[in-house]
Amino acid sequence: MHGEKDWAGRAWVFGVWSLVGFFILNLAAMIGTVVVNSFGTRWFDTWLPASYTVRWYHQAWDEFQLPDILIVTMEVVGAVVLVSALIGVPAAYGMARRDFPGKRAVMLLFLLPLLVPPITYGIPLATVLYQAGLAGRIWGVILANLVPTVPFVILIMIPFVEQIDPRVEAAARVFGAGTGRLFVRVLVPLLAPGILAALLLVLVRTIAMFELTFLTAGSDSQTLVVALYYAVFAAGVRPGQSIDAMAVVYMLTTMVWLLIALRFVNPTQIVVRGRR
Amino acid sequence: MNAVPWRLRLQNRGLDGVTLLVLPAVGFIVALFVYPFLYGLFLSFAPMQGPWFANYKKFFGDPFLYDTILTTLWIAVPATLVNLLVSIPVAMRVRLMAHPRLLTTILVIPITLGTVLVAEGLLNYLGPRGWLNRALIFFAVTDSPTRLVHNYWGVFLSLVITGFPFTFLLIQSYVTGIDPSLERAGAMLGARAPARFFRIVLPLLVPGLVITLSLSFVQAFSVFPSAVLLGAPAGPTRVISIAAYQAAFEQYDYSMASAIAMIMAVVQVAIVVALLGARGLVYRGPATGGKG
Repeated sequence: MHGEKDWAGRAWVFGVWSLVGFFILNLAAMIGTVVVNSFGTRWFDTWLPASYTVRWYHQAWDEFQLPDILIVTMEVVGAVVLVSALIGVPAAYGMARRDFPGKRAVMLLFLLPLLVPPITYGIPLATVLYQAGLAGRIWGVILANLVPTVPFVILIMIPFVEQIDPRVEAAARVFGAGTGRLFVRVLVPLLAPGILAALLLVLVRTIAMFELTFLTAGSDSQTLVVALYYAVFAAGVRPGQSIDAMAVVYMLTTMVWLLIALRFVNPTQIVVRGRR
Repeated sequence: MNAVPWRLRLQNRGLDGVTLLVLPAVGFIVALFVYPFLYGLFLSFAPMQGPWFANYKKFFGDPFLYDTILTTLWIAVPATLVNLLVSIPVAMRVRLMAHPRLLTTILVIPITLGTVLVAEGLLNYLGPRGWLNRALIFFAVTDSPTRLVHNYWGVFLSLVITGFPFTFLLIQSYVTGIDPSLERAGAMLGARAPARFFRIVLPLLVPGLVITLSLSFVQAFSVFPSAVLLGAPAGPTRVISIAAYQAAFEQYDYSMASAIAMIMAVVQVAIVVALLGARGLVYRGPATGGKG
């Protein structure tokens, strides 16, 4: 089974791995140019810049108002993580434990925001939020970002809830715990690994969520990724190295959380939305 | 007249306090997903001027607008197919690896970074003075820089960089669900690798392939930031999402923007439904072996 031993089989295996290698090489080079450029002074017709500096980071820090943008990003991401947990985890518990009429329809309702791409529903959503006077402010950005994350938390959490033996809950109820106490004392501690995984995934996805934030953000409610888009869009106004310095700050923010998340979740979970 | 209290009757149908916990989430999605969609649908039939179908008439009467559907398909379909066709053999090999986690971690990076960063990275990397063109000239593949940004290829390549990992990780999760003993049985009966793939694995993989194809296509069809930053948003890569965005935020015609968003959704749904319909034509059943 481990490959045919003739030359055609070997050539095929070699070909497949070279393709993967080529992809990773290009990926690394693409990220590498951004990092190298952000530290370079002048870089024209050579493989590497003439000399290195950290000047562009100072410049990006001041010119792009990075401190403000980072604070807004933290506020948006924090609020999205908190609210999607508060709405999503109880809903996942209800979905996992009860069979009620219309459950399939409700499940479909939760699947749709994950299947329809953000730009498609983002435009009508932004229209409604503008009319409600919420878009252009941080609350509008938070509400828009919650649309995909609440169903995401629900779909990730349902299998985790199903793993808990219902007799544990029955025992707690026998000893007089109401639903609220049951949640705080029994379910949350038992579900902690699942909740942690779901929230880290929400966090990583929200930092990188461009479309919904872009459509609803005003000038003082931009997150890092939207600010980066505007910087690249208006390239030529500022030096490219300064834009790349900002890109590196964005990359670091994302990668730190990705690395933390990967300690608790399987990489495929970032793509495969909580099947099983 | 009825002895059973209503509370108990509801409980028997699965409706009690615990079921109510689902309500906030349902209310939230209805308010911020279903309502805006319906609102957009109605708004698209209430144009700024003209009869109720004026927006749709304008869209399908103006080549600058209706061509965006073809432009988007012309980018999204090849990119999706390339990603899918490369993902299958790679997933078949990765399945045999003892520790695929490092590879999957590397591949998750471009998805996590998102399209905006990939666009900025590719602008540097594929640009006339970028490393790729340097390497091509160095190895004497070309003698002058190849133009790869601000045209079709920039957007196409960005869809491959973010789309291939997405497609691969989905395919991989389906491939690992196929029982290896089925292939071993085929090998024992003398089937060589190509025959084992086409006669055993592929038929079992088709349902997963259809889902993957649908999800990857829908992602690619809604390409936006890279079409603006890496493409030529005024011409060859004026995709449908750019048309919708311009209507909403440059012309402030929310009615027209909603109409374009609805057309975008209809095209996506039509293609997904066609794919799922085609799936009904092939084998459906368990992908595991058993004693029979």
